[in-house]
This record gives sequence, structure tokens and C-alpha cells, in this order.
Amino acid sequence: MEIDISRLVKLARIELKPEEELRLAPQLGEVLGYVDKLKELNVDDVEPTAHASPLSNVLRKDELADSLCRDDVLRNAPESSNGLFVVPKIVE
Amino acid sequence: MTMVHSLTINQLIEKLRGGQLTSRQIMEACLNRIDSVDDKLNAFISYDVEDALAQADFADKARSEGQEGALLGVPVAIKDVIAVKNHPLNCASKILGNYESPYDATVIKKLREAGAIIFGRVNMDEFAMGSSTENSAFGPSRNPWDIDYTPGGSSGGSAVAVSADECIASLGSDTGGSIRQPAALCGCVGLKPTYGRVSRYGLVAFASSLDQIGSFTKDVKDAAIMLQVIAGADEKDSTSVPEPVPDYTVALSGELKGMRIGLPREYQVDGLDTEVKAATESAVAKLEELGAEVKEISLPHTEYAIATYYIIATAEASANLARFEGVRYGARIDGEDPEEMNCRTRGAGFGDEVKRRIILGTYVLSSGYYDAYYLRAQKVRTLIRQDFLQAFEHVDLIATPTTPTPAFKIGEKAKDPLEMYLSDIFTISCNLAGLCGVSLPCGFSEKGLPIGLQLLGRPFGESDLLRAANIYQEATDWHTKRPDLD
Repeated sequence: MEIDISRLVKLARIELKPEEELRLAPQLGEVLGYVDKLKELNVDDVEPTAHASPLSNVLRKDELADSLCRDDVLRNAPESSNGLFVVPKIVE
Repeated sequence: MTMVHSLTINQLIEKLRGGQLTSRQIMEACLNRIDSVDDKLNAFISYDVEDALAQADFADKARSEGQEGALLGVPVAIKDVIAVKNHPLNCASKILGNYESPYDATVIKKLREAGAIIFGRVNMDEFAMGSSTENSAFGPSRNPWDIDYTPGGSSGGSAVAVSADECIASLGSDTGGSIRQPAALCGCVGLKPTYGRVSRYGLVAFASSLDQIGSFTKDVKDAAIMLQVIAGADEKDSTSVPEPVPDYTVALSGELKGMRIGLPREYQVDGLDTEVKAATESAVAKLEELGAEVKEISLPHTEYAIATYYIIATAEASANLARFEGVRYGARIDGEDPEEMNCRTRGAGFGDEVKRRIILGTYVLSSGYYDAYYLRAQKVRTLIRQDFLQAFEHVDLIATPTTPTPAFKIGEKAKDPLEMYLSDIFTISCNLAGLCGVSLPCGFSEKGLPIGLQLLGRPFGESDLLRAANIYQEATDWHTKRPDLD
């Protein structure tokens, strides 16, 4: 099965080297060919299952509680300044 | 002579209580063992000797002051996907750089409360995606029974560390078999609790509707001890279920008489190895001899499980792994604008298998394909789940081989992702259906590689599961065999 891998990597935000595209595209095609197997089944009247948990709409009280310390969180950021994450310039 | 590091939790606690051993001696024994075997096995990504010994001394002091705890002074190794405060967390990936967790996962908090020594980061397939622990940025782990073979995966390091006696127990995660399959291939006990039984707060998400934390141990009694500690609802994980936690250690005793065990007709697949078939059949015969009633059952949608899983799991992964974008944590490769920076960071940071799965997940969720793939897979998931719920009206447990073959060689399936996926045939449905499952040793191949028996139980049916497994283990000695690593 053929897939448009250059469109997909843009959607997935993954830059691939040309040799990676050549390697991954046929592998993905093979897996997609395999999962086509599901088309054998008639599922018209079947409800979808999103998860197997018996719970729905889990709520809790909206109360103040401690959260993580900001400095501890920012410690793992590639770049931060004044308590904020820094990213490349978005607006000229 | 049995060495300290090869004892079970149950045996160690008894010796600690009796004053025949200290926690420091246990920790030192494990560290010495790692020194002598881990160059070969590569189970550990990292560990902190000073921190481990300090925790051991702390446990000894607590015990001398009269404190008790289900795991007081017992070293437990942690899969590199679970957050431990101030310890590195990499998910065996390059993309997390020098990340250190700012908080403890709930399971870690519970282990600490029970007195465990939280020790080491064990190897895995990157982001828990894989079945061989070959997809690790830190190199593959090796099977302690033969180092030319993989230990299975994704929790390969957790299985190796326990089987090779480098630690007493470990935690792993199971999304489609990632605890049960490596436990089978390495010859230890791997327990995947029911979806919702154990909090996942602090587990890095791969596929949120399937992921579950569980344990690797040297026997079933220890699996019950570990589950007792980590089970229970948690307000920090809205998918954890407020179902009462029974006393699993008490549930171990009893008999098999009257327990009905189902054998799925559809699991007699073409690729089933003859030695695996023979070993699991004689394990089932043993269960029958011990009083269980064995009957054939049908799970008609079995052949669709792998396709269903690889659509749902990759779709969820593509969403969950969007957070690794070079802004909030880990490594970054700079770009002219944020998007270019994201793409470069992810291109350089993720390995092949993670890229394949994110791209596949992106495809099945993309406009025009959602209904044909993702929605259809969710509907087939309903059919697979119904198969199991109907089967459990007639039986209490289901017995299967854990894997279709014993361990495969390193590199054997690495170039063919689909072939690797197909080896998950017996473990995947359990996650799709939200069941609990355990793998336990039930024999060896002629080459000396372990074979695992899988038992599957009803949602929240861990008591029955562990009791049957324990009764089998008390009547057999497969679980006492250890690899010769000297």
C-alpha cells in the first residue's frame, strides 16, 4: 500500500532524512496492508470502545492544592528565562 | 547454596525480621551481582550506589526502631518510564536529554511507604514500543539464559534484572504484553493488573487506554506482595478505579477444585512452536490434576487483535508523544521558527520504531482515514472485548502460551516490524479487553530458553489469577531455575 509519507511527517512534525523516508515508507505500507484485515468484518451496528474502564465522568472537588514548584519544572527545559519557556521567535 | 540476591521478597523479609540479614547486605549483594553480570546483560541504564546504600541504611535503622513494612529494605528496580523524584527519566530515548523527574509516581510513593529501596533505571524499548528491548538508545539488553537472544520487551531490563538476580523485584509497564512477554522469555513472573487497578500517575503515557503498571518477581507470592502495595484508586489518576483492594496474600491460599479454566480454540495458531505447545499443554494438565476443570472456549475475533491494537495504540501514541517538542523538557535542536525546531528535535530525538508508530498513528487519525481505520478499530475492540466477557461466563480463567515461540535472537526480527508485531498475538487482547494477566515459568526449550504460561482473569479478578498461579508454582519447580552466568 502506498502512502504519502512527506505529508504525514509534516503532520507528525518529524523531520526525516531522505534515507529514513526510503526505509520507513515501505514498512508503513506493509503494516497498513496488514491492518486492512479489519475491513473483512461488518461493524455497522457495533458501538466503539474507547477504553475498558467501568468509569465515566470522574469528578473531584475544585479545591486549592499544592502543585509542582516552578523552578523544579523549568530545570528540565532546554531554555528558560524569567520563569518562562523560551522558544524561537514566532512573530517578526 | 542460595545467595542473598536470589532470595524472594517473602524469604528476605523473614530473614530481615529474624535479624539474620540486614538491608545493607541485600543491597550490597545486588550491587555486586550487577558488577559481575551487567556488562554482559545491560539490564540497567543507570543506578546510584550511594543513594541505594543510604536507603538501605535508612531501612535498617527503621527496622531497628521497631518499624515494619511489606517491603522494608527490599531493593526494587524501576523501568525507565516511571517517574522517581530527582532520578533520571529517559524512556530509553535520546529525546529526553538530561531529564530528571521533579516528582514521584504514585506507585513509587506507595513503594516508599512500604519501605522499598527504589533502585536503578532499567532498560526498555524506547517509549515502551517494541518486543525485544533492541529499540533502546542505551543499547539492547540481553537474555540471561543465552546472551545471543533478546529478553523480549518492552520491559526487557525489568525482566533481566529479576531473572539474573540483580535485584529482588522490579516494576514494568504493559500496553500489549510488555510485562508478560519478557517475563516469559526470561523465566520470571510478570503480572499485568487490570486496567484501573494501579495508578498510572507518573507513568509516561504511550497508549492511555491500554497502559498499565505491574511487577516482575521471582515467584507468585512476591507478585501478590507487590500488587498489595501498588494497587488502589488515586485521585491523581482519574482512570484508576475505586474498587476495594482485597488481601492478595490471603487470596493465594485455597484450592483449585471447582475453578474452571478455558483454552481458546483460536490460539492454536500456525506459528506456535512445538516445544512451547508441549510445555503449556503439560502445565494445563498439571492444573487439571490439581483440581481445575479445563474446557475449550472460543474467542472468535482473535485474528483481528493485532491489527486492532496497532491502530489504537499508534493513534494514542501519536497524540501522547506530541508533548516531546523541544520546549518543555529534554533535548532541543534549534530551528528558524518553533515548527522547524519541533520537527528537527523530534527527527533527531526519536528512534525508528517510535517514528514509525507516530507516523502510523498520525495516518489513522488523519482527515479522510479516521472512520476507515481508527473508528473501525474501536468497533472491533468492542467485539474482542465481548468475546472475553462471554467466555468468562463459562470459565474463571483462561490459559494460553504467553508467546508463540521462546526468545528469538538479537537482530532476528529487527528489520521486519510487522513480524515483530505478530509475535504479540497471545498478550495483546488482554489490554484491549481490560483484563488482568500473569505469565509464569512452565518449562524450557531444548536450547535451554524459558517458556511461559499465561493466565488471564476477569477485570479485577487478580485474586483468582494469583491463587491458580501460586498453586501451580507450589506443585512445580520451574520458577526456581536460574541462568548460569559465571
